Amino acid sequence: MECTLDAQSLISISLRKIHSSRTQRGGIKLHKNLLVSYVLRNARQLYLSERYAELYRRQQHYPDGAPLLAMPACPPPAAAAPPELAGLPLPADTQDREARSCAAVRGGAELLEVPVCAAPPELQRAPCRDSSPGFYRAAGSAGPGGGGSTPPGLLYAAGCDFGSGGAPHCSSRTTVLDLDTHVVTTVENGYLHQDCCSQCPCCCQPAPGLASPPPTPGTKRKYSPGQEEEEEEGVEEGEPGGGGVAGGPPFAPCTKRARFEEYSAEHPQDSSNISNLISIFGSG
Amino acid sequence: PLAGFGSLMQDVLWCFSQVKGTIDIGVTEADIISTVEFNHTGELLATGDKGGRVVIFQREQESKNQPHRRGEYNVYSTFQSHEPEFDYLKSLEIEEKINKIRWLPQQNAAYFLLSTNDKTVKLWKVSERDKRPEGYNLKDEDGRLRDPSMITMLRVPVLRPMDLMVEATPRRVFANAHTYHINSISVNSDYETYMSADDLRINLWNFEITNQSFNIVDIKPANMEELTEVITAAEFHPHHCNTFVYSSSKGTIRLCDMRTSALCDRHAKFFEEPEDPSNRSFFSEIISSISDVKFSHSGRYIMTRDYLTVKVWDLNMENRPIETYQVHDYLRSKLCSLYENDCIFDKFECVWNGSDSVIMTGSYNNFFRMFDRNTKRDVTLEASRENSKPRAILKPRKVCVGGKRRKDEISVDSLDFSKKILHTAWHPSENIIAVAATNNLYIFQDKVN
Repeated sequence: MECTLDAQSLISISLRKIHSSRTQRGGIKLHKNLLVSYVLRNARQLYLSERYAELYRRQQHYPDGAPLLAMPACPPPAAAAPPELAGLPLPADTQDREARSCAAVRGGAELLEVPVCAAPPELQRAPCRDSSPGFYRAAGSAGPGGGGSTPPGLLYAAGCDFGSGGAPHCSSRTTVLDLDTHVVTTVENGYLHQDCCSQCPCCCQPAPGLASPPPTPGTKRKYSPGQEEEEEEGVEEGEPGGGGVAGGPPFAPCTKRARFEEYSAEHPQDSSNISNLISIFGSG
Repeated sequence: PLAGFGSLMQDVLWCFSQVKGTIDIGVTEADIISTVEFNHTGELLATGDKGGRVVIFQREQESKNQPHRRGEYNVYSTFQSHEPEFDYLKSLEIEEKINKIRWLPQQNAAYFLLSTNDKTVKLWKVSERDKRPEGYNLKDEDGRLRDPSMITMLRVPVLRPMDLMVEATPRRVFANAHTYHINSISVNSDYETYMSADDLRINLWNFEITNQSFNIVDIKPANMEELTEVITAAEFHPHHCNTFVYSSSKGTIRLCDMRTSALCDRHAKFFEEPEDPSNRSFFSEIISSISDVKFSHSGRYIMTRDYLTVKVWDLNMENRPIETYQVHDYLRSKLCSLYENDCIFDKFECVWNGSDSVIMTGSYNNFFRMFDRNTKRDVTLEASRENSKPRAILKPRKVCVGGKRRKDEISVDSLDFSKKILHTAWHPSENIIAVAATNNLYIFQDKVN
């Protein structure tokens, strides 16, 4: 079944739906937001596999594993060689476990971010279908880590990629949807190193809370409390709607944003995609 | 007349009977019908709308003088059931939209129904008054008090006929029991209890007690971040007062027995069909979410509705439905657009006919579909003003999927997705159906042969 939108557009649309659900009458609809988060997860999985495939192709041209972008290199992880990478959990899922929802609402400026992480090829072959639905979190919110320098009124889907073969580098890409102009911008260099790696245990030391050793792919993953994926923003203690910071271990979201590059020439259709999205299907 | 029982669908010619509601181009949101329900005899038909109002129609007695006006439904009572509320603690507005109406069986002259919005269930008593006392001593006919010193003789007040007045009074208010949005209510066959279900919990109430309810299902995880599914609908078994089912957003149905334990978190039966991997898409989870679940009148089957299909399950077989009907499979290639415009989240209901031989559900473009379980035939009909001449026979409609479009067919791209039939009802014993099309209520009957 084909979809007329690419994964990135679906992520943007989904984030927009979640965002607008907060202001709808009757409070946040738990059911609808849960379903949207499944679409978000599915689109993200496709996005990751596409992103990784592209990265892998580029890796073929740069066998030394030099960083794609001018970023400080991450320290190599303990398990650097490809066979040992198989012992790591899917970064997407690991990251999911660590993401926290800082569902604070600051006036009208609400920020949602979907960090995504490409998986090394060995792991990519075993996409996890039954992981919890996608997550998002507020960047620069009132959660631990304090306010960020992000301008208000923007939605993010960010990518943090790892190469295969050992030395991961934090090339990253961020898709920003400006809620006022509806312009989508894709930027490289979206992350600073420490912000990226604070979420990615395969890059650096495991973030606090991830005490147990990562299970091998295919084994049942045990979730300890506080490490689960966020399923929805704005829901805490079962209360529908309202803001508030969710509980869980302290977690510093990516609060710093590097300067943004100009609108990438790789995606000339992004803004027209957005305006297409707004048009209503149907009625002839 | 039990014309509906046992008759095959192809023998039935559906005719327009009535339409209620305005013809205005612009639809006031408050007038959008959000639930439709016949009572147990079919004498009354209730609708609820987004504005929190309930309108009850009553069927006229058939008269020999006007045989063609066979049992028309006319307005019997209208009242404001729910008002918008504001939860100050959570900074939440609570919509007044009536999510569901369920009738209680009639036990005396009055009628009782339950109506619910997102948070509060109310028991309404609808009763007639056709006499009033006249001849009071201390007040005159206008109600003004008389001066006692002016009274020279006593009289006994008598009841005199008056114009029929139907009044609705709220007899019970069941509030503050649901954190999440109520999606279902169901009256138990013991007629003493009922249940209300929200996204994560189901509560059992006694009609007489409003300040407490029993929680019988709770699927809220200890950590909300682990949430993977919600409750989407729930219903009591029609005969066994200990049995109920609830459906989930993951396309599963659980049957629970209240005798096994106080908290029915462990199901007695679990109905799930394995997913077809070839149909996997971004939207697989959304289209498998069940929007309605209904027991058959016999209690042997349950019917579920998800976005594209209606399924019939035998209570004795949990691993797959016994019947699957495609409602509008041509939408499968349009899911992306339907996701963008939110149509993919529409919650369609489904209903059985009185004999459980035909099932009905709605679609877009004001189309609704019927499936005959015996002959496996199906028909698509339309609720529209153009087909609204008295006793006009409804012509079957057809959607053209691809290739050459025939003269009477409509192409998928021409469908009006703002015209959706989410709520329908079937008379308990006759071939009379009520179809809610946005702010209009259509009533169709079978042609008297």
